[in-house]
Amino acid sequence: MSEILFDHNAVAVALNSMSDNIQGAEIYLVGIQRGGASVADAIELRLGQRGASVSRGNLDISFYRDDLDTIGPNPEVRPSELPFEVSGKDIWLIDDVLYTGRTIRAAMDELFDYGRPASIRLAVLVDRGGRQLPIRADCAGLEHIAPANCTVDLKIGDTWTIEQRQVK
Amino acid sequence: MSAVDVVIRGGRVIDPANQVDEVCDLWITAGRIGGMGAFDGEAATMIDATGKIVCPGLIDMHVHLREPGQEWKEDIESGSRAAVAGGVTSMCCMPNTGPHIDHAGVALQIIARAQQVGLCDVHPIGAVTKNLDGKELTEMRELSRAGCVAFSDDGMPIWHAGVMRKALEYASSFGFMVIQHAEELNLTRGGAVNEGWVSTQLGVTGMPVEGEDSMIARDIMLARRIDARYHVAHISSKGAVDLVRAAQAEGLKVTTEAAPHHFALTEEEVLGFNVDAKMSPPLRTEADRLAVIEGLRDGTIDVIATDHAPHHEDDKRCGLSCAAFGIVGLETMLPVSLQLVRDGVLSMSDLLAKMTANPARLLGLDSGTLAAGSVADITLFDPDATWTVDRNKLVSKGKNTPWHGKEMTGQVTLTLKSGRIAYAEGEVCD
Amino acid sequence: MQSLHHLFGIADLDTDQVEYLINLGESFIDINHRPLKKAPTLRGKTIINLFFENSTRTRTSFELAGKRLSADVINISASTSATKKGESLLDTGQTLAAMQPHVLVLRHSVSGACEFLADYLGHTSIVNAGDGGHEHPTQILTDLLTLRCAGGFIGKTITIVGDIAHSRVARSHLLAARLMGYQVRLVAPKTLLPAEVERFGCEVFHEFDDAIPGSDVLYMLRVQTERLTDNCCFPSIREYHEAYGLNRKRLNAAAEGCLVMHPGPMNRGVEIATDVADSARALILDQVEHGVAIRMAVLTALCGGQQHLGRPGRSKQMVMEAMRGQGSLL
Repeated sequence: MSEILFDHNAVAVALNSMSDNIQGAEIYLVGIQRGGASVADAIELRLGQRGASVSRGNLDISFYRDDLDTIGPNPEVRPSELPFEVSGKDIWLIDDVLYTGRTIRAAMDELFDYGRPASIRLAVLVDRGGRQLPIRADCAGLEHIAPANCTVDLKIGDTWTIEQRQVK
Repeated sequence: MSAVDVVIRGGRVIDPANQVDEVCDLWITAGRIGGMGAFDGEAATMIDATGKIVCPGLIDMHVHLREPGQEWKEDIESGSRAAVAGGVTSMCCMPNTGPHIDHAGVALQIIARAQQVGLCDVHPIGAVTKNLDGKELTEMRELSRAGCVAFSDDGMPIWHAGVMRKALEYASSFGFMVIQHAEELNLTRGGAVNEGWVSTQLGVTGMPVEGEDSMIARDIMLARRIDARYHVAHISSKGAVDLVRAAQAEGLKVTTEAAPHHFALTEEEVLGFNVDAKMSPPLRTEADRLAVIEGLRDGTIDVIATDHAPHHEDDKRCGLSCAAFGIVGLETMLPVSLQLVRDGVLSMSDLLAKMTANPARLLGLDSGTLAAGSVADITLFDPDATWTVDRNKLVSKGKNTPWHGKEMTGQVTLTLKSGRIAYAEGEVCD
Repeated sequence: MQSLHHLFGIADLDTDQVEYLINLGESFIDINHRPLKKAPTLRGKTIINLFFENSTRTRTSFELAGKRLSADVINISASTSATKKGESLLDTGQTLAAMQPHVLVLRHSVSGACEFLADYLGHTSIVNAGDGGHEHPTQILTDLLTLRCAGGFIGKTITIVGDIAHSRVARSHLLAARLMGYQVRLVAPKTLLPAEVERFGCEVFHEFDDAIPGSDVLYMLRVQTERLTDNCCFPSIREYHEAYGLNRKRLNAAAEGCLVMHPGPMNRGVEIATDVADSARALILDQVEHGVAIRMAVLTALCGGQQHLGRPGRSKQMVMEAMRGQGSLL
């Protein structure tokens, strides 16, 4: 059983407000594969309409996970692409759902393997609570405290929705 | 009529040497066959053989007992125990021991030790050449006087054509038989399995079938000129069977034997790098296997012999191409061979002849018969009983069997050596 | 998809597994281009490279693969004496396995060495880095990744030239071709072809020039010079180059997009002429580069989900049972 937490309109409003929070002369957006990359694309579009100069990159954090032993390698790894020099840059890390914080930790680890950024800030579409690490979003488009036995996912189709599904 | 010690009642007595195949009683007096028919007297031991086959103790004319020299692999005692567990009461041991059976002392020692053990007759096969190195002939006359029943360099071929010619000439002067391990080493060197699709898939050097066939062809030519007695050991290929058949048709004194693995298994057994299916000559193709069966059926192949080759775990534990050649066979000889009867290839009597009367005739042994007055070497088996081979329960010291975990049909239930129970109900009676 | 515990050869893989390993390898190519060539994927894993045959490049490739994924990698070059080969393999393998590595990368001159050793080891994963004339799976995965990056391999014709009889690379390609949908042509004299090799479903040629038209890849095998002449397999290196060497003239006779591959190390002027080896159509250095990525993928695939219980292999169990049977040793 899944339940729609936020419909397309709510998601669109959240993307707009996130874009408003991301300022600067040179903006470096790094999406986390796969959902985060789509969110970063949406934000890039909005920032571009405002005339901002945006550089885009994506990270696949499969090789930086801390749970290889238990789940095995991800069968579908997407390439990490950072077509700009990371060192000295102010980086916005973009993800769709912020939960335990482990993905963000892995993404920061990977980012540092490309260079030494001046700063890293985090923007997420939805913060669902349940953090296991001292990590918070600098910018969260939506907030919803989901029970631990539920997953929260961004569904991307003709419309974008955020759904909650109970798992065992 | 002297006192009867043992009576075997109600079994199907099959004695190929005397064309006997009937349900009757068989009795033993003073270690010898007293007679057969209906027995209605008193005896110290009565054995019920209902539903069993009673036949002469089996003869295995090709075994490696490893003593002297490699007693950790097998010795005369453990080999004798394995023999009676397989229904074998006479066997011929090959000379590739250390020292080799290339002088009378070793032959005498083996015979004496076997008598001491007292379970199974052991007839040594003398070496053809000293040190089995294919150069100088052994003192075959003296070896014969010491008890050697035939001559072979088995383990090694008599590879040198000139030496082989002289060996055949010399041996035939005195009626001795030369047994050849036919393998042209220049063709088989480095090989581990039959050359063909299996060796190609495994990426292992193969032993081409021509290695066996070419040497047999050569030997038959040499034997033809002098009418020598020539016996091909462990025949494994279609080409070899055809050569022997043609030689026999010509009237040459050429004979051969087949090992159960060569008519029961094919090279496919080696897939997965199974070291317990590695032997020389190797398991070959299905066409070869069927040719061996046809040879057994039409009488080209006179004898079934195991080439029982026990090895220690260490000699097999090293990957296929490094592992030692050979498998154990004494304890599985009869059930594996009985498949030929179930498949209609041979009658029970003809099959048993290849393990009793035929080898006895070839080697001049007085065993292999149930004629009144002969030594009471007798095997009882249930042709329908099933059991599963467990390598760890083999009596032999060698555990290298390709039949581990496989179900066998046909089980030896009792073995009598000179009228004494040597094996009964799964236990060797030392 | 069936998860992997060992990688013995292509024969043990299915299409999905090969596809998966190539995909995973492709995603690792990128890490090898980063300024900081390191990911923490295999942190805390121990990998032992146990090489009974010399091989600088395969060993280095595995070593870099492990190290770039943060594993602890140890190299052991064991020497083999001709007679005691097998024994020292078992003893060395068991000794090293007792030190609890996650992966043992094994190269050995005996075909089936990995299968053999795995029977005695418990939970250690074994990767075949070349066993005798049997298989060399990571080389084939490397080649397929290289071909994918160069335009794909499905439906292509790879022409393998040289000592097929002793080549584990050729054998693994023959198996992979059926699995992955490409064709293999073999080019060699009969002295260098194994028995009944056409049963793999390949075309066999004795004249190199006959096999060139229609080939998409010319795959040159390394000539083991001593092996070639010692066993009367070939009269001379000179004649070998004339008959089976890839020179500019032969390459010109091939289709325009025809590529050149070699598993290395090359004998320039023997199986391949220098100008061909250095030409733009040679993927030889791409193969080396992708070799690291594929080995990263293989190590990751074997370490991932590696939570099986330590259980002794089949043969070890048999030995233990036998000892228990004897009673005296336990």
